[in-house]
Amino acid sequence: MNFETTIGLEVHIEMKTKSKAFSPAPVRFGQPQNTDTNVIDWGYPGVLPQLNRGILEYGMRAALALNCEITKDIHFDRKNYFYPDNPKAYQITQSDTPLGRNGWLEITAEDGSKKRIGIHEMHVEEDAGKNTHNPNGYSYVDLNRQGTPLIEIVSEPDIASPEEAYRYLTRLRQIIMFSGVSDVKLEQGSMRTDVNISIRPYGATEYGTKTEMKNLNSFDHVRKGLEYEANRQAQVLMSGGTIQSETRRYDVPTGKTILMRVKEGKDDYRYFPEPDIPPVHISDEWIEEVRNSIPEMPDERRKQYENEFGLSEYDTDVLTQTKEMSDFFDATVAHGADPKLAANWLMVEVNSYLNAQQVELADTALTPEHLATMIKMIQDETISGKIGKKVFKEIIKNDTEPQAWVEQKGMVQLSDPAKLQPIIDDVLDNNEQSITDFKNGKDRAVGFLVGQIMKQTRGQANPKVVNKLLMKSLNAR
Amino acid sequence: MNYFENDLTTLHAGLVNKQFSVVELVKETFATIKQREPQLEAFLALNEEAALKQAATLDEQGIAPDQLLAGIPVGIKDNIVTKGLTTTAASKILENFNPIYDATVMEKLAEAGMINVGKLNLDEFAMGSSTETSAFKQTKNAWDQTKVPGGSSGGPAVAVAAGEIPVALGSDTGGSVRQPATFNGVVGTKPTYGRVSRYGLIAFSSSLDEIGPITRTVKDNALVLGAIAGHDDHDLTTSSKEVPDFTAGIEDGVKGLRIAVPKEYFAAGVADGVKDAIKQALAEMEKLGAVVDEVSLPYSKYGVPIYYVQACAEASSNLQRYDGIRYGFRAKDVKNLEDVYVRTRTEGFGPEVKRRIMLGTYVLAAGSYDKFFKKAAQVRTLVCRDFARVFKDHDVIMAPTTATPAFSFGAKVDDPVAMYMNDVLTIPSNLAGLPGMSVPAGFVDGMPVGLHIIANSFDEQTMYRAAYAYEQATRFFENVPAIGGQN
Repeated sequence: MNFETTIGLEVHIEMKTKSKAFSPAPVRFGQPQNTDTNVIDWGYPGVLPQLNRGILEYGMRAALALNCEITKDIHFDRKNYFYPDNPKAYQITQSDTPLGRNGWLEITAEDGSKKRIGIHEMHVEEDAGKNTHNPNGYSYVDLNRQGTPLIEIVSEPDIASPEEAYRYLTRLRQIIMFSGVSDVKLEQGSMRTDVNISIRPYGATEYGTKTEMKNLNSFDHVRKGLEYEANRQAQVLMSGGTIQSETRRYDVPTGKTILMRVKEGKDDYRYFPEPDIPPVHISDEWIEEVRNSIPEMPDERRKQYENEFGLSEYDTDVLTQTKEMSDFFDATVAHGADPKLAANWLMVEVNSYLNAQQVELADTALTPEHLATMIKMIQDETISGKIGKKVFKEIIKNDTEPQAWVEQKGMVQLSDPAKLQPIIDDVLDNNEQSITDFKNGKDRAVGFLVGQIMKQTRGQANPKVVNKLLMKSLNAR
Repeated sequence: MNYFENDLTTLHAGLVNKQFSVVELVKETFATIKQREPQLEAFLALNEEAALKQAATLDEQGIAPDQLLAGIPVGIKDNIVTKGLTTTAASKILENFNPIYDATVMEKLAEAGMINVGKLNLDEFAMGSSTETSAFKQTKNAWDQTKVPGGSSGGPAVAVAAGEIPVALGSDTGGSVRQPATFNGVVGTKPTYGRVSRYGLIAFSSSLDEIGPITRTVKDNALVLGAIAGHDDHDLTTSSKEVPDFTAGIEDGVKGLRIAVPKEYFAAGVADGVKDAIKQALAEMEKLGAVVDEVSLPYSKYGVPIYYVQACAEASSNLQRYDGIRYGFRAKDVKNLEDVYVRTRTEGFGPEVKRRIMLGTYVLAAGSYDKFFKKAAQVRTLVCRDFARVFKDHDVIMAPTTATPAFSFGAKVDDPVAMYMNDVLTIPSNLAGLPGMSVPAGFVDGMPVGLHIIANSFDEQTMYRAAYAYEQATRFFENVPAIGGQN
């Protein structure tokens, strides 16, 4: 029997506002436990939420970037459940009036065609803290993350394969990143995915029973987990079994999904409107203001790179994979670097450095200005390509101004014929034998002479200019 | 200092003219409290050391004529968070809880130079109408110690009525300031929802809770409300409306004042003596030049059911944070997480609180939300419309505050529905967010009765003006209870 797969994704992304959604505590990563907290985050008696309007602004940005309709009269709701990382025992979220509805994003399907995946809704809410379970038998609660603003993006069940899910997530991450709403750092857990998957025989009108996996923070795990799950479900059905509604976990070492709990009925979170935060009306003017503040999206940049700079589709894809890279590229070009050269440096040298060091572009000392200066020096032959690589190693590690550095290090390429000619003449005068060899057709002599000239100039002579002048001088002798 | 014979204005004059110092006033206040407490048990904690220190500082600085409230002692209902002073909400689950921040009203009182002398008893988490659900003490009515003080602000009302302190802050969710004010013959106000910040008020029902002052006179009440009202960045539900001087125009009289009297508020269940007292009050108002009209508030009869659905729903959510994890009481010898939750809450909450949590959890559950919570919210808007219609052509509503005077201990504690009906006359104004107050209106069988005055949203000024005219014409506040053999 052949099955078709139906996948829906719920993605939580942390917004990069300065302070928390409902308290003035800062939002930062990696601070000592419970230091970025206050009485509101602790769910202390008597406290009330504040409202960081930035979460609505960022939320709207994301919603608009995902082609959503904005809900103009919104309120918050309480989702009630007990857990130590949830200090109020309710999460402030949006249940009735999600900020955005009916959006979509476009992916390239596996057959190469463009496919729209629907966004059912997108709402803003607060994140929970973190529990750590210590082998000593105690669990520890860290509330630094408590109250960090999130957007939750719920897709329509339009995703037909694990690969499409992977592409949806990649695309979603790119859009959110370019909208400036989040840095979307997967390894810091700032983008987490809950997946739902069901299968049904081709042509069936009803969806199959779905299983879910929660809190995956690697796209690859999502894809592999879904692949495993689709196969598992198919095997269960083909052997006459039935799928249970259950929550499963993707086990990284084995690549399998493991049953965590069977869902009996729906969880009852006793949602009701949050009485401590009055409803908010979103005006047309506000929506327009936010729409105008959205930075250029990757598609627009891709077009610009192809049409204006003549970059290949592959190059534009690589450059627009992250906003960081794309912004860096734009800035480097703005500082006068040739777009093609800048693209090459970023895609080859910079990317391989980032991969080798396992760092982000922002973690390096490289600035667009320095990179542009270096590229310009290579282009006008102030330095050779070989020296260029040395310069690159310096400016990606240290905040060094490249032009001053090459001058100080004496790495400036000698290209001026007026300066090179006396050196060539001197070398020829001292190597009569080589001239004779050359005249006798021994081409090796040229190599030897160039070597001597490079030695005299401590490697700074521009080889192209040297070659030209040397041949001219040899022929004149 | 005899608070029976001095209002805030004369106390202020005494302090400014240095007839007595703040330290003397505060010392004397604690002496009175200690003398009367065994009989009344209104206080849960005294703040003597800090109060005397603050008094000494004020004496050093001197009190200027425009610092009307500086140096005046005040008592605080123990569900208002006070930094460094235990705040329990009269619940075992917060026994010995010592907060690290001050409620906004505490900051405002401190700014005004008022001196917090201690924390006052209440029904556990303000859930009750007799202060009998307190986990710690049974506060007695100031007029008859065999009778309940009312609730949930029983401690504040008794402490003021018994002359222990001139001012107290209470909180009112369905009548919790006004009903005990009535039962003890003092003035109690629930301001407009959004007039006073709830930041630092331990939440019972977020959409209904409001902090309000209890005093012996109307003018005192207006003065204190002025000090605690106003927008607060910590409370999104506070109004940004400017706070007027609530005493401005208070003596202008009530000529032409249009008073609405809802017939539903005199229905069966209201004691004849109470009805008579309020009818006399209305006759008095007419004599003073007001125009009295009978009106109908047909949806008011749904007030109690709406209230118990909404208030309990919100409470069930608000009280979930008392889980034994971060602060307050935690059950001993717990085995696992579930045990921490279940045993802490089983041992930490009293029966009335548990009843309301269960009720609230039930009405929010998936199968009953539409039938109860949503329906209640819908009918609540009808109650609001009732009031809006009446206020189109009336200035204030007048009615009895409670159906009966204070009852005996134990009379209703085992009959929740009878207890809940205590607030039948006060609940509708909470549902509509309107300001309301109770003013002493005489006695039935020696126990005080209250006149309930409800005004339109943010029109406390008119409410106070009406109350002041009535109070000055009747002067019931001159009758004081006999405490400890003296009065």
